[in-house]
Amino acid sequence: MIRAGTTAWIARHEGRLAWRDLLWMMTAGRRRRTRTVALLFILFLLFMHGFAALMLSPYDLGAGAPDKRMLVTLTGTLALSWSLMLAQAMEAVTRAFYARGDFDLILSSPLAAWRFFAVRIGAMALTIMLMALALAAPFINVAAWRGGAHWLGAYVVTMVLAAIAVSIAVVLTAALFRSIGPKRTRLAAQIIAAVIGAAFVIGMQLAAILSYGTISRFMVLQSDLVIALAPETGSILWWPARAAFGDAPALIGMLGLGAILFGATVYLFAPRVAGYVLAAAGVSQETKRQIGKAAGFRNRSPARALRQKEWTLLWRDPWLVSQTLMQLLYLLPPAFYLWRNFGSGNGASTLVVPVLIMAAGQLGGALAWLAICGEDAPDLIASAPVLSAQVLRAKTEAVMSGIAFVFGPFIVALAVVAPFAALVAFLGIAIGAASATSIQIWFRTQAKRSHFRRRQTSSRIATFAEALSSCSWAATGGLAAAGSWLAIGAGVIALAVVGGTRLISPVRN
Amino acid sequence: MNQSSRPLALEIRGLAKRFERPAVDGIDLDVLAGEFYTLLGPNGAGKTTTLRMVSGLLKPDRGTIKIYGIDALADPVAAKRITAWLSDEPMIYDKLTPIEYLDFVAGLWEVAGDLAQARAADLIEWLGLKPHANERCESLSKGTRQKVALAGALVHEPRLIILDEPFTGLDAGSARLVKSVLRERVKTGCSVIMTTHILDVAERMADRIGVISGGRLIAEGTLDELRGKAGAGHGSLEDTFLALIAQGTVAA
Repeated sequence: MIRAGTTAWIARHEGRLAWRDLLWMMTAGRRRRTRTVALLFILFLLFMHGFAALMLSPYDLGAGAPDKRMLVTLTGTLALSWSLMLAQAMEAVTRAFYARGDFDLILSSPLAAWRFFAVRIGAMALTIMLMALALAAPFINVAAWRGGAHWLGAYVVTMVLAAIAVSIAVVLTAALFRSIGPKRTRLAAQIIAAVIGAAFVIGMQLAAILSYGTISRFMVLQSDLVIALAPETGSILWWPARAAFGDAPALIGMLGLGAILFGATVYLFAPRVAGYVLAAAGVSQETKRQIGKAAGFRNRSPARALRQKEWTLLWRDPWLVSQTLMQLLYLLPPAFYLWRNFGSGNGASTLVVPVLIMAAGQLGGALAWLAICGEDAPDLIASAPVLSAQVLRAKTEAVMSGIAFVFGPFIVALAVVAPFAALVAFLGIAIGAASATSIQIWFRTQAKRSHFRRRQTSSRIATFAEALSSCSWAATGGLAAAGSWLAIGAGVIALAVVGGTRLISPVRN
Repeated sequence: MNQSSRPLALEIRGLAKRFERPAVDGIDLDVLAGEFYTLLGPNGAGKTTTLRMVSGLLKPDRGTIKIYGIDALADPVAAKRITAWLSDEPMIYDKLTPIEYLDFVAGLWEVAGDLAQARAADLIEWLGLKPHANERCESLSKGTRQKVALAGALVHEPRLIILDEPFTGLDAGSARLVKSVLRERVKTGCSVIMTTHILDVAERMADRIGVISGGRLIAEGTLDELRGKAGAGHGSLEDTFLALIAQGTVAA
């Protein structure tokens, strides 16, 4: 029997909530789905193992001491994973500070708040670890199977990197609280998280474009220049890679570093988090006057009123804008690539087309969710004398005009370099965004705009279908821009994805 | 104008809706033009479900709804044009100011710009919203948000106002203000149908009261008529209400 109020008791409570949340997320509250979800998870693991085997096939994973080339590649891969973990951790920490949830209950109870927040920090580390392991495990298993059991050390390294990522995220967010205050921290942390998450990938791509004229980041890691510039194999920089390779001293060193950093973070910051949470709660109490003169009342159609409302709400919510536009960071390398090849006429610009279409699909899905599902006054709209079809059309127009606003300049720039690629990109962007929007319409469930971050959890099928549709339209566009007849096949697949999604959607049923 | 010569603002016949169990079970109900009608009933009795169907927010399983003679199920847009719905949870946008919110609602109901501006100015004045008119709604208190939502409900001058627990969370001053605005509307010929758990409000404001229990309208009339139905010894509306519910439960 665990005594109430102890750290273990809180951990059990948190664990129970997290487990039920996870189950609900996976099964949407339907118990019968548990078996299906378990089966899909097994299939996913099998697929990932197959994928990992394919990816690792060119590498020699033998038991011999790793050479410099392998250390560089391994370190680069770990750094990439860690940057994503850190981005995830920063988002998790910020969310924990700002989400109200049960804080009122916790902070008004006689429970020592530091125990509760210590458990929450631990839970964040555990979540990040599990997410990282879910992706890394197939690669580690394949490496251990082909190269030897020493590769299992990578499991420990992944867990240590997750713990370090959470520690740094807590320290960074706390530093932001102290330096710029709770009002701005949420947005700043959000932007920093996205930049950290994207910086490594983007940096590698930019370097690859500059050095090799390709967008592939692995070209840099395996280049002779980087190998020559990298420190010798005995350097401390290679500890994580060596530990992943199963080198015992490096493994112990990593474990020690992780334990000290994480322990110190919990010890130093758990008692302070209650203060941050209270400060964050005070932000919403502040009065925000609208700066500038409000436009007068105009004669407007309901459709125009709806479109303008959507744009205003999005524009006035910097957090949502940043959430929505962050994925466009990934457009930087193709934009740079386009700029580098401006006027070269070598056809390289066709490589940009699928990236643009993919990004448009993702942005279209996000904007469509905000406009169609994230309606904060659903009863007002439903009780207005406007047909629901008109409401949907107006909101779709708002989404598509947003897409046009973001991608228009890219199309224009591309049209100067390669008119045919621009035409394909234009069509692909329009169709990709329209497909993502349609999927959101078919799977729409009413939610608050503030639940935007959890939109993926409301329908796993919709999320998966949206990603698959964007990918297949991107492939179609890429192949079409390259003048390949295979584009027809890819287009048929994309149509099948969208059509199949419609068939299984709640709208249809 | 005597009661019989007044047109019907709302005419409900055989209205039914079933979820897991019957939520509304064949309700017949009339509200006259210029009448303040209050629906009372215990939690889960079917009051909100009834009003949501009238407002076009829920589709009934069977039955008919007419608003000023317009078949609300056959021509919902025409019916919605002359109605307003207000729930206990204010339906407003955090990132808009009250003025912008009213501008948006006026756009939805296609109220001409200059007319909407004049009405919005009056409503903001009446409801004491002037100090907050240019503040984003996210910083407003629950009561102020409710007043903004009420202003939105009134900006298109509806002929039938449907209110679901409109006084929840309002302080005494705000509640009095809202009551006086509603009374003024009724005086001008507008009809109000409202649910409430605050029996004092029903007692003071309603021309007629309907009591719903188990999805059925078990009693209806003026307060005196209800007292008569409840039997001797039930002086207050609370006693009358509880006696009627008990009778309804026994009859069911």
